[in-house]
Amino acid sequence: MNTANDATEQPMVRFDGVTKSYGALTVLDDLRLDIGRGEKVAIIGPSGSGKTTVLRMLMTLERINDGVIWVDGEPMTHMEKGGRLVPADPRHLRRVRAKVGMVFQHFNLFPHMTALGNCIEAPITVLGLSRREAEERAAELLDLVGLADKKEHYPAQLSGGQQQRVAIARALAMRPKVMLFDEVTSALDPELCGEVLQVIRKLGSEHDLTMLMVTHQMGFAKEFADRVCFFYQGKICEQGNPQDMFAAPQNERTRQFLRAVMDSV
Amino acid sequence: MGLYSLSAMLLAAVVAIAIMAVSETFAIFVPGLLQGAWLTLQIALLGCVLAVTMAVLAALARLYGPLPLRWLANTYVEVFRGTSALVQLFWLFFVLPHFGLTLEPFTVAVVGLGLNVGAYGAEVVRGAILGIVPGQWEATVALNMTRWQALRRVILPQAFVAMIPPWGNLFIELLKSTALVSLITLGDLAFRAQQMNQTTMKTIPIFTLVLLMYLVMSLAITICMRLLERRATRGLARGRSA
Ligand SMILES: Nc1ncnc2c1ncn2[C@@H]1O[C@H](COP(=O)(O)OP(=O)(O)O)[C@@H](O)[C@H]1O
Ligand SMILES: [Mg+2]
Repeated sequence: MNTANDATEQPMVRFDGVTKSYGALTVLDDLRLDIGRGEKVAIIGPSGSGKTTVLRMLMTLERINDGVIWVDGEPMTHMEKGGRLVPADPRHLRRVRAKVGMVFQHFNLFPHMTALGNCIEAPITVLGLSRREAEERAAELLDLVGLADKKEHYPAQLSGGQQQRVAIARALAMRPKVMLFDEVTSALDPELCGEVLQVIRKLGSEHDLTMLMVTHQMGFAKEFADRVCFFYQGKICEQGNPQDMFAAPQNERTRQFLRAVMDSV
Repeated sequence: MGLYSLSAMLLAAVVAIAIMAVSETFAIFVPGLLQGAWLTLQIALLGCVLAVTMAVLAALARLYGPLPLRWLANTYVEVFRGTSALVQLFWLFFVLPHFGLTLEPFTVAVVGLGLNVGAYGAEVVRGAILGIVPGQWEATVALNMTRWQALRRVILPQAFVAMIPPWGNLFIELLKSTALVSLITLGDLAFRAQQMNQTTMKTIPIFTLVLLMYLVMSLAITICMRLLERRATRGLARGRSA
């Protein structure tokens, strides 16, 4: 049995030999990756290398074919039964995934609810908060993302950058321990990226959140992340702290990729 | 057509009926026909309620139900779409009693037409639910909602908007098919008209009145659905045709 102490020494997220395939196509092959508590990890790599799939598996949006994903010291994709790990039932999955939140490339806000409505929906229906508690929490978070004055706006009345900031507030309202960001600025006009990245920066400094983000913005990754993982064809090809990796990538593929990305800017 | 033109048409039809109701030659037909229209309206409204209920249940069962329920819903939809409403009414009215279940003609009318239109509506509901982009479902998973919570709070309210126009069509279909109930001994609008026509032979005024009365009811349905649509799309406005 784990004591509380043991739990805090374990990584926040552990991919333990995780494999994911679509039919004959193996998208992730025996992924082994530990993410520490409060660690900020940037995932980079060419299109189709499996970055999104890593986040989606952790959000339980994809089933995995092999291996186990651990969150906060307990298995998420599996549960213990008679001393063995068996595939998790929906109840177990829901209980563990409560620790994970996600922000999507295309925001996925609920279009029929206001910014505030989006942020109080799940806290009320899922966490059972009273409307007042939920509204207080939502107001605080909308303030954090700089949208205190847009509470009553519907998504269609907000710019892309504002919508994405509402989506961040909505995810935070569930008080996750791990936040996943999947290319959250790539659907935005360039001049709107800054305000979203600013919010993420703020989260990084104010919150003891574990953050996992897929990004194409190497500048931001370099400044923000504790660690960068370079994915190539479903495997982690190289990882390390951003300064070293961007200055002197060890792997030829990483070098090629970074050169291509830098050239395109 | 816009709401204003629809309302103008409705008003014109009502005024025309009112004028006929006070004119010497036509006045005698109006009370009888209105009685028939009232019965038609009752059958249509209750039929609509049943149709929507059945459509939602059948669509949810087909999409998310366990296998036996899915099978049951499939059977319901295929049987009621694949046979004519008239045959269904006759079956409920003339055949069911042989199995020991005798229903009032009014009940048969509501149940028959409601089930019939509900079968078409099930496809409307299912299509609208499937039309919601996967990203909406994924957001509900990321917020740790259950499937039922997601349906109730996120998916169905959005699907509802897409369903309104096709439901408007189905409601009007239902209204028109109420004319069939005269064949199971009910004195609806169509039945009264035929009866008066046979005894008085005043075909033109009678069927003009009948036409106007059906028109009033269907215009009222169209206008209600438009208002509902306008209400439901509030906030979603940008990027959609208003
Ligand atoms: N639902 C799916 N069915 C089949 N193949 C998929 C599906 N989703 C992703 N893939 C494939 O998996 C690979 C990795 O995809 P993804 O994780 O989205 O890559 P990235 O985010 O790094 O661009 C790609 O080759 C993609 O075509
Ligand atoms: Mg991707």
